[in-house]
Amino acid sequence: MREITLSQAVNEALAEEMRRDDTVFIIGEDVAEAGTPFKVLSGLVEEFGTERVLDTPIAEPGFMGIAVGAAMTGTRPVVDLMFGDFIYLVMDQLCNQAAKTHYMSGGKLNVPLVLRTNLGATRRSAAQHSQSLHALVAHIPGLKVALPSSAFEAKGLMKTAIRDDNPVVIFEDKLMYNDKAAVPEEEYLIPFGEAKVLREGSDITLIGTSSMVQVCQKAAELLSAQGISAEVIDPRTIVPLDEATLLGSAKKTSRVIVVDEGHQSFGITGEIASRINEKAFYHLDAPVLRMGAMDVPVPFSPALEDLTVPTPEGVVANARKLVAGEMLHAA
Amino acid sequence: MSRAKKKHNAEDYLRMYRQMVRIRTFEDNANQLYLSAKMPGLTHMYSGEEAVAVGICEALRPTDRITSTHRGHGHCVAKGAEFKQMFCELLGKEEGYCRGKGGSMHIADQSNGNLGANAIVGGSMGIATGSAFSAKMLGRNEVTVCFFGDGATAQGLLYEVMNMAALWKLPVIYACENNGYSEYTRTAEIAAGSITARAEAFGIEAHKVDGQDVLAVNELTRKLVERCRKGEGPFFMELETYRYHGHHVGDINREYYRSKEEERDWKENRDPIIRFRAWLAAEGIATEDEIEAMNAEIKDDAAAAVEYALNAKYPAASEVDMHVFTDVKHVMA
Ligand SMILES: Cc1ncc(C[n+]2csc(CCOP(=O)(O)OP(=O)(O)O)c2C)c(N)n1
Ligand SMILES: [Mg+2]
Repeated sequence: MREITLSQAVNEALAEEMRRDDTVFIIGEDVAEAGTPFKVLSGLVEEFGTERVLDTPIAEPGFMGIAVGAAMTGTRPVVDLMFGDFIYLVMDQLCNQAAKTHYMSGGKLNVPLVLRTNLGATRRSAAQHSQSLHALVAHIPGLKVALPSSAFEAKGLMKTAIRDDNPVVIFEDKLMYNDKAAVPEEEYLIPFGEAKVLREGSDITLIGTSSMVQVCQKAAELLSAQGISAEVIDPRTIVPLDEATLLGSAKKTSRVIVVDEGHQSFGITGEIASRINEKAFYHLDAPVLRMGAMDVPVPFSPALEDLTVPTPEGVVANARKLVAGEMLHAA
Repeated sequence: MSRAKKKHNAEDYLRMYRQMVRIRTFEDNANQLYLSAKMPGLTHMYSGEEAVAVGICEALRPTDRITSTHRGHGHCVAKGAEFKQMFCELLGKEEGYCRGKGGSMHIADQSNGNLGANAIVGGSMGIATGSAFSAKMLGRNEVTVCFFGDGATAQGLLYEVMNMAALWKLPVIYACENNGYSEYTRTAEIAAGSITARAEAFGIEAHKVDGQDVLAVNELTRKLVERCRKGEGPFFMELETYRYHGHHVGDINREYYRSKEEERDWKENRDPIIRFRAWLAAEGIATEDEIEAMNAEIKDDAAAAVEYALNAKYPAASEVDMHVFTDVKHVMA
């Protein structure tokens, strides 16, 4: 099968959906001629024109609000938010408006919009351009949240997001834009709420999201060399979350580490860990472990930044302790 | 340049020249560090816009405050920072102004009234206005200058804080550095109507000035700062200027959004340093030799600071969880 980059995959998904449905349009900063700073959207304005690929001023709350209103009245906007860190600027429009409109209208109004943005540290971009903020929006009822972990997922999830009648936030890992993966030429969609088992194993389950899927896979390889069989699962969407697959694996292996690049406290890892604790407690041989980003703003210095995100070696060390029966938090 | 040309201002003029050259030299070195892959991440060059930061900051006292932007090296130098700590910050070293935690986009010499460079476009507008608010509340006769770009005028925050600044007569000067572009887009495509008229709508006196003319910028700022101190603020300045490099150092192929001719015209015909240097010589304030000697000294200074920073220590790993809270030494402990 041909291999394309994550960037190309997103670009293809958008182009295909825009060809299929005239009401889909893209709105954001430097999305047209510039094709975004990451060049993900290059070529789209040439095909679809500036009426469907709209450059905006640097006014995130403004264009987010326009997208919400446009989505409520017959179009399907794809809002491009240049960095995930800027999500704070659009929080009212996203969380008070888009997320609640369907509910508050008693089901009479829909907001079929996609907010595409990114996450991920270690790009030496400091505290305001490196955050992984998906937990903030996953907390708000009414928003779906997708976290593609490869070019293949990025394309299929984007197409599904655009066809979804609810607001969907997609976070791409900005360090993965040039990573290639096999992506079929034929059309495909990836349903929301279906986790993917990337590797089967029997001793421990590693649940990784987005950028951390690679980390878990690497860790599983290292563990396998040490005689430990790790299962690796990518939930792909955290809202909705495929609990059944996660619980099934937890019951099978009896040990789980959840790895995510958001801050560890009050985050995705805690949510998934506690669901497993609640629903698979008697099958577990060890506490479910959370591994998130350190609870500090992302530092600029390379000497510090690399310490703040989970690494394969860190996952391996924790997995070994769990498998060896060393209680990490001896009670 | 038809300015007050009094000889006793010679020292001020020479300092302005020196500061502009220091900024240009700093940026040339920073760009070199990027190109030789010695600098982590990206950076936004201030080259071409020196007269704005210097003209304004030379009208301020060390206790006056500024807020800076993602394109903040120039503001930082102009407000009194030293090369050594700046290069250390750029390279993520412990001796940097922010102990390596901020990097290029957050660089600031806090002890000279710089409240920070900001990676959120428009992110400092509230901070600057709040700084003016506290100056007034605490009876400190200090002025705050808020630097931001033409692109940042699209942020709604500006209009919220200008409204309050005008209502409460705060000693703040909004300094819009209009370099014609917001990333890869022309200002005309992202700003409807007139920028100064937006301030005027709040009853804020607004001025447009040639940002390549350091004396014009300085003279106007001196007047506005004086009036701010008398309680006549806020004010708004739009400074017409130009950035020589790409939006950031990685933005090399940029002909799709702006022409080489346009760049050449600004560099050759409107360069703030060349213009001011010619004026200094014409007025007999400095000889060509003196100017050359000053340039050479700054170049050596910068080279020494770069060398120092390259060899300086990174922060210890134990610093990673420090400074999250004022009263917790290590949050992860
Ligand atoms: C809230 C926010 N939106 C978008 C960006 C990305 N961005 C960084 S600089 C920039 C352009 C800023 O233009 P301008 O204010 O004119 O400043 P200049 O770069 O020209 O100095 C953009 C869009 C950002 N950093 N913050
Ligand atoms: Mg600009």
